Amino acid sequence: MKMTSVATTGIIAALAFLMMQLPSRAGSQSAPPLAATTIPTAQLMQPEELKLLLNGAAANRPLILQVGSRIMYDQSHIPGSEFAGPGSRDEGLSLLRGRVKTLTRGGFIVLYCGCCPWNRCPNVGGAYRTFHDMGFTNVKVLYIADNFGTDWANKGYPVAH
Amino acid sequence: MLLSAAIGANGQTGGTQSLLNHTAPEFVRRDLAGRSMSLARLKGKIVLLNFWATWCAPCQIEMPMFACWQRHYGPQGLAVVGISMDDDVAPVRTVMRKLRIDYPVAMGDAALGRRYGDVLALPSTLLIDRNGIVRAEFEGEADLSKIEAALKNLLAGR
Repeated sequence: MKMTSVATTGIIAALAFLMMQLPSRAGSQSAPPLAATTIPTAQLMQPEELKLLLNGAAANRPLILQVGSRIMYDQSHIPGSEFAGPGSRDEGLSLLRGRVKTLTRGGFIVLYCGCCPWNRCPNVGGAYRTFHDMGFTNVKVLYIADNFGTDWANKGYPVAH
Repeated sequence: MLLSAAIGANGQTGGTQSLLNHTAPEFVRRDLAGRSMSLARLKGKIVLLNFWATWCAPCQIEMPMFACWQRHYGPQGLAVVGISMDDDVAPVRTVMRKLRIDYPVAMGDAALGRRYGDVLALPSTLLIDRNGIVRAEFEGEADLSKIEAALKNLLAGR
């Protein structure tokens, strides 16, 4: 059996094929998702910081919006957060705009996803840009380094189902 | 990286739960080709169960390799099964066509994710032995050579 060569050849073929395919992946997107790395560092919030806010006075709590997939939200999400539509898709961003269009532009809002490692997340970049373009001035994005499980739920931070 | 397990400490249940050395939860689904599939029916085979989504770039690096393994190790008893955690089926079909994925893929949902200890990271891959016991778990951008090594051990009965 040529196991090693199967693996090596397969990986090279897979990577080459993926590089050809990724720009148009998922089909339903009109443009490649905006990377999370486009979000200014000053607008990021660490999980610990949000956890402290959740434990604090209700008046200081932000509106928390999950901008990832519905299935991931339904499995487990931050208590009090709302599903607002995936930021990588036009229909998700439309849902998001509809949810917040009547809100005061200075309102405290935290976005999060956690589907993927930060630099791979297809959702938060577009969602943040949407808020920015709508004139919101107090929007933070939860910095989830790896995924919602590792960086939130598995730390014992509160979740709802 | 191997999946970690933890319990939430704030009253509400938290973290992902490891299924390592536990019986893989049974499920019955229709794959995207309309065929019925269930874990019970795969008893006697080594099952590579992969949770993925179209918006997950690392998932799409792995999947062509899984298809390759299905062809190569299938005669030894491997059955690759994909569960898409997408909200809609249309992009799933598109990606499967583009990546030429020919192993069975079914749509997942939150209930299935919860039965599997909360699938809060993608990709998530489980290797299930011929008796239906989870023998390895991989989460995130796993090293494919490690998955293949674990797979080969299981196929060899080790």
